[in-house]
Amino acid sequence: MENKDKERVILNRGLAQMLKGGVIMDVTSAKEAEIAEKAGAVAVMALERVPADIRKEGGVARMSDPQIIKEIKNAVSIPVMAKVRIGHVVEAQVLEALGIDYIDESEVLTPADEENHINKHLFRIPFVCGCRNLGEALRRIAEGASMIRTKGEAGTGNVVEAVRHMRKVNSQIARLTSMAEEEVYAYAKEIGASVELLFEVKKLGRLPVVNFAAGGIATPADAAFMMQLGADGVFVGSGIFKSENPPARAKAIVEATTHYNDAGIIAKVSEGLGEPMKGLDVATMKDEERLAVRGW
Amino acid sequence: MIGILGLQGDVIEHVAAFNRLGVKTKIVKHPPDLDGIKGLVLPGGESTTITKLLVSSGLTQPVDNKIRKGLPTWGTCAGVILLSSGGVLENVDIEVKRNAYGSQLDSFVANARIAKINKDITMVFIRAPKILSVGHGVDVLAELNGDVVAAQSKNILLTTFHPELTEDTSIMEYFMNLVNSAELAQDRTYTYTPGGIV
Repeated sequence: MENKDKERVILNRGLAQMLKGGVIMDVTSAKEAEIAEKAGAVAVMALERVPADIRKEGGVARMSDPQIIKEIKNAVSIPVMAKVRIGHVVEAQVLEALGIDYIDESEVLTPADEENHINKHLFRIPFVCGCRNLGEALRRIAEGASMIRTKGEAGTGNVVEAVRHMRKVNSQIARLTSMAEEEVYAYAKEIGASVELLFEVKKLGRLPVVNFAAGGIATPADAAFMMQLGADGVFVGSGIFKSENPPARAKAIVEATTHYNDAGIIAKVSEGLGEPMKGLDVATMKDEERLAVRGW
Repeated sequence: MIGILGLQGDVIEHVAAFNRLGVKTKIVKHPPDLDGIKGLVLPGGESTTITKLLVSSGLTQPVDNKIRKGLPTWGTCAGVILLSSGGVLENVDIEVKRNAYGSQLDSFVANARIAKINKDITMVFIRAPKILSVGHGVDVLAELNGDVVAAQSKNILLTTFHPELTEDTSIMEYFMNLVNSAELAQDRTYTYTPGGIV
């Protein structure tokens, strides 16, 4: 790796490190972005539609209109992220040209390539990618992702899948750290991950990049739960602006994420927030309705 | 024991850097956590978020009091913004522009000399603020292309870059010197008796 590339890795993983302990919120307009920033969001995800609406309306979900992204970028001083379809190299090039801060190569949008994710090493801008398990996380890191998040099941307001994915990654890391060295090679084959990255994770006892929770977080308690499970921070998509009182709920989720081990504070901030978003039962959902199965 | 403000940001990276030096740390989230600390670090993160959490945790006033009483304090990146004129812990006479270099694509790594440490330091700037002007009583420790990137005002150390993201612990050692001399000075005031040996 050349020196410049190494520097880029430090800078791009580093920005994710600065977001730790924080909440990244989905917003669809400059006005919502301002509400998110005012509530204490560490970053915003600029979108045309939140996942709950993408789910409801169907059709092909694509990168947002650059004009919306620019308006959001101009409205706030915190970092701005935006989503591209899995594998859609040109959507990523467009977002890099817009000068935003982070790209989410996201299963929430309709995949553009069913075999390949974007070669993220070719970009200067950092990427965050979703995962359901350690193998998937390490494949994305091998492709150049600077940050990982659980996939969860976006747009459901149901935290169960995010919990499943976070626990899966953690238990696989725990297994890896207690594994004999010669077993790591077979494990690499089993979970489809690079041997080199597995040894790095084994040494660190964690992923080499920041790992946030995402997909279904709707309440302050959901956010704190994910933090207690070891998430470095949380993404909240539909959970804020599909609820009855977005400013109050956003602020409460920020507080609960910081004070995730303090039930007294979580209880206090959870009071009187109005209706949360209406949730979906993931267990009764058909496979083709699930977003998390997109990507590999 | 060094307190690391632990509301949001790269808290653990600061903990790890001090631990490498054999210095114990304590994460500060509530006012009682300030008891017994000999120095305080305000880490990197989002200054808007940390500002709100400082206020809601009731930490603004107690932290401000400690700093004004001479607690050695180091602000990294977002920490600089909190301590600057107009910041929530307005303790240093400097003007700061947030996120002054542009988007993440403009984040960069550079080398600059810090005369007081007598060393070239690798500096990681991530959506960094710029110190636009320094007032009376503020020493400039390092400049890069004409911009002040490290400064000191008595007990307060400021770096707009992230020493905790490199292996080099020179800045942490420099801060520990501030902590140790502050402690020594405090011991002296306790043991001083007129006519006695100081």
